Amino acid sequence: MPVIEYREAIRDALAEELTRDANVVVFGEEVGQFQGAYKVTKGLLEKFGPKRIVDTPISEAGFIGMGIGASMLGVRPVMELMFWSFYSVAFDQILNNAANVRYMSGGQINCPIVIRGPANGGTNVGATHSHTPENVLANHPGVKVVVPATAYDAKGLLKSAIRDNDPVFFLENTMLYGEKGEIPTEEYLIPLGKADVKREGTDLTIVTYGRCVLHSLAAAALLEKEHDVSVEVVDLRCIRPLDIDTVLASVAKTHRVLIVEEQKPFASVGSQLAYMIQREAFDELDGPIHRLATIDAPAIYSPPVEAEQLPNPQRVLKAALAAVA
Amino acid sequence: MSKKPTAIAEKNSAPAVPANDAAHAPINAGLPREEKIELYRKMVRIRRFEERSLQAYQKGGKIGGFLHLYIGQEAVAVGCCSLMGKHDHVITAYRDHGHAIAVGMDTKPLMAELYGKATGCSKGKGGSMHYFDPTKNFWGGHGIVGGQIPLGVGLAYGVKYQGHKGAAMAFMGDGTVNQGAVHEAYNLASLWQLPVIFVIENNGYSMGTSQERSSAGALAKRAEGYDMAWGVCDGHDVYQVRATMDKFLRLAREESKPAVIEIRTYRYRGHSVADPDNTYRSKQEIEEYRRSKDPIQVFQNQLLTERVLDEALIEKIDAEARAEADAAADFSEASPFPTPDDIQKDVYWETDNPTERKSQGRLFFD
Ligand SMILES: Cc1ncc(C[n+]2csc(CCOP(=O)(O)OP(=O)(O)O)c2C)c(N)n1
Ligand SMILES: [Mg+2]
Repeated sequence: MPVIEYREAIRDALAEELTRDANVVVFGEEVGQFQGAYKVTKGLLEKFGPKRIVDTPISEAGFIGMGIGASMLGVRPVMELMFWSFYSVAFDQILNNAANVRYMSGGQINCPIVIRGPANGGTNVGATHSHTPENVLANHPGVKVVVPATAYDAKGLLKSAIRDNDPVFFLENTMLYGEKGEIPTEEYLIPLGKADVKREGTDLTIVTYGRCVLHSLAAAALLEKEHDVSVEVVDLRCIRPLDIDTVLASVAKTHRVLIVEEQKPFASVGSQLAYMIQREAFDELDGPIHRLATIDAPAIYSPPVEAEQLPNPQRVLKAALAAVA
Repeated sequence: MSKKPTAIAEKNSAPAVPANDAAHAPINAGLPREEKIELYRKMVRIRRFEERSLQAYQKGGKIGGFLHLYIGQEAVAVGCCSLMGKHDHVITAYRDHGHAIAVGMDTKPLMAELYGKATGCSKGKGGSMHYFDPTKNFWGGHGIVGGQIPLGVGLAYGVKYQGHKGAAMAFMGDGTVNQGAVHEAYNLASLWQLPVIFVIENNGYSMGTSQERSSAGALAKRAEGYDMAWGVCDGHDVYQVRATMDKFLRLAREESKPAVIEIRTYRYRGHSVADPDNTYRSKQEIEEYRRSKDPIQVFQNQLLTERVLDEALIEKIDAEARAEADAAADFSEASPFPTPDDIQKDVYWETDNPTERKSQGRLFFD
């Protein structure tokens, strides 16, 4: 199987869907002539032309709103946010218009838009550029939220997202763009809302998603080797729809849970998970549900300190030991 | 592929102050020799500071994240900020090193901020894009394109509300004029006659997008739709910047009139250090600006003609600026990083002033 970067996997998904469906268009700042701020869209302008790959002014509310409007007519826009942090400029369009138009029209109007871009810390770009809004987004019924951790997942999930008839918010990670993974040569799709057990284990379930999957796998390897603890890592892949069944099945096996997320703790994805796990698997638990999140403050710039503010393999390891103690 | 930004700008019809006249404008002609030298020195200090920071970024790996250099645009911040009085305020975007030095911030904590050190101007919390110094009436340093512009209107409102004769200068780039918040800010400023000057630093590009690929029509002229005064000036000549801005700042301070001023400038470096700068403009274009319009060179020539500078003084100023930049780097190098315990400081006034806390309940979560 070919091994490609996460960014190439996204690019391939875009190219395949652009080829398959003439209604798919790609909009965003610097996606065309500049080849993408992170080179995700590299080559697409040359291949698909300026009618399908469109550079926008710095007007997130305007162009995202435009995409939502066009999607109501059946265009399938894939809108790039250079950083998900800039979603706040387009908040009304994303969470009032896209999230509600179907409901308010009594189901008459579809909104098949994808908004994608990186949402992560760890690159020392400070508080304004490091938001992880998956919990905020997923708080809105009507939208879907995807956070892929690997190249394979990114490609299969993005293709499904583009074919989905609801608004799908696709949260990538600049720290993952260069990560490589195996991808089959033949076409594949991954359904939205299906978690993936990235590592099997018996002593502890780590429920996680996004880049924290990598941290958790790294910690799990150490836990196995140095502490004789067998960890199962469940990668949610999607926040909404949420595959709680896979989580519960794992809890029934290990009886201990650590949630790891690159989120601020208050009302995070992990908060929702913890509620659901205790509600539906209370008797399976041998101890309280633990959680490791980003330290509760705006993102600090200072590079070595930001590394400590976020989850990292060492912090996961410590939290895991506490959860099995 | 790349067009000179001046091509579009020519469509503007507002009168710019002709170059030769700018030197004779009272605001410039009346300057004591020392202050002219100071204008020149500030531009050189900004240039050397940024070159040193680039070196620390690329060679030493001392700086993380973004580094948006102002090199080529120095005359804009220096010209504008040199006009500041006690009740004048400045706010800008992420390309903020020039403004910070222009308002008088010390380069040691500025460099230390880039290094992420506790001695930085924001204690290592903000980084390159987020410099602040309220004691110098400098309100940032903002990372979100256009986010600073309503704040600039707020500074103007605050000045007016509190009964001062002052003005706010809200700086933005040519790509920023297309953010909705900017247009809302224009309307508020004009509707309520607030003393704010919206300064568009038109360097021709927003990242890799030229002005003509991002903006319909002329930039400052949009002010007409909001019934606001506007002007355009050459930002390679610090005298012109001062002459133009002085006129509008007076109107703002004395008659509380807002305005939009487009200042034509150019950046020599990529958008940030991460920009390979090979998709949207030619090397020749950059060279042409460097050769004929460099703001430091233009002003140096002017001051040589005026016999304010001579070769020895030019050398001395440059050597001092280099030494200052090196000293700032050494200071940064020797300074400590913040600690993980610092992460949750400076979030709430109440937790920073625990003895005066009035609210109850938990403020932080884990
Ligand atoms: C809301 C928002 N969108 C996009 C960005 C990414 N971005 C940062 S600077 C920039 C270009 C801005 O260009 P311009 O306004 O001309 O200012 P310049 O960089 O030339 O000083 C972009 C797109 C951002 N920081 N904030
Ligand atoms: Mg610009």
